[in-house]
Amino acid sequence: MSRAVEESNRAMLRARDAMDRAYAKPLDIPALARIAYVSESHFIRTFRATFGETPHRYLQRRRVERAMMLLVESDRDVTDICYAVGFSSLGTFSRTFRQIVGESPSDFRRHRVAPGNVPSCFAKAWTRPSSFG
Amino acid sequence: MGMTMNAISRSQIYVLDQDEALDFYVNKLGMEVNTDQDLGFMRWLTVNLPGDPEREILLEKPGAPALDPATAEQVRELLTKGALGGYLFMTTDDAHKTHEELVAKGVEITDEPTERPYGIDFGIRDPFGNRIRIGQMFPRA
Repeated sequence: MSRAVEESNRAMLRARDAMDRAYAKPLDIPALARIAYVSESHFIRTFRATFGETPHRYLQRRRVERAMMLLVESDRDVTDICYAVGFSSLGTFSRTFRQIVGESPSDFRRHRVAPGNVPSCFAKAWTRPSSFG
Repeated sequence: MGMTMNAISRSQIYVLDQDEALDFYVNKLGMEVNTDQDLGFMRWLTVNLPGDPEREILLEKPGAPALDPATAEQVRELLTKGALGGYLFMTTDDAHKTHEELVAKGVEITDEPTERPYGIDFGIRDPFGNRIRIGQMFPRA
């Protein structure tokens, strides 16, 4: 029994790692489900049970977190950043960003300062906007 | 009062299978077995980076009687979902070269090499869920 849980967890983690690594690429559920060796519906259900949110939402938060970083640490314009983090439309990016962060990308850029020099994996994990309230 | 402690000599991470851990940490990452001893009550398995035997990593298998079976199961579940917290940081002289070598060996990359203010580093995951970060660090200011 426990072995099955462990194998499932590890497979879900592998798919989540793929989102962390390749967020800028056009990742979709079929590709992620293949990484986890499960069907698409099983993948969505199991990922949610394992990590508390759907894979789609996780990927959105990963992309928005990277966008937040680029907004603060670079001079690139918002449209450029939108595509750089994997969104394919500026409208979707702006709407998703505002929904998750609570303000527009350009307002966010005005308000924030860059984080210090912690290893970027920690910055990525701890500055990712929460969906858990 | 000044403390007299002077080194971090051993660290511990949990692994699900010590043979598989040995294969990963030695054959893939290039570490050396420091100690592999059956103590009867446990297999004491430590590894170190070549040339650095003073800093060992204990590869411990969670289980009874050190942990009760239900707790061991929780450890295994958290480990495999990447939430247990085991984390190793290593340095290299050439992050890109190390990254290429590990990719060729099929190691799971979690974060591609990136230049940061502190250095160039990347992330990998061990077979069980532990995180490892490998960095080519710039001299500290």
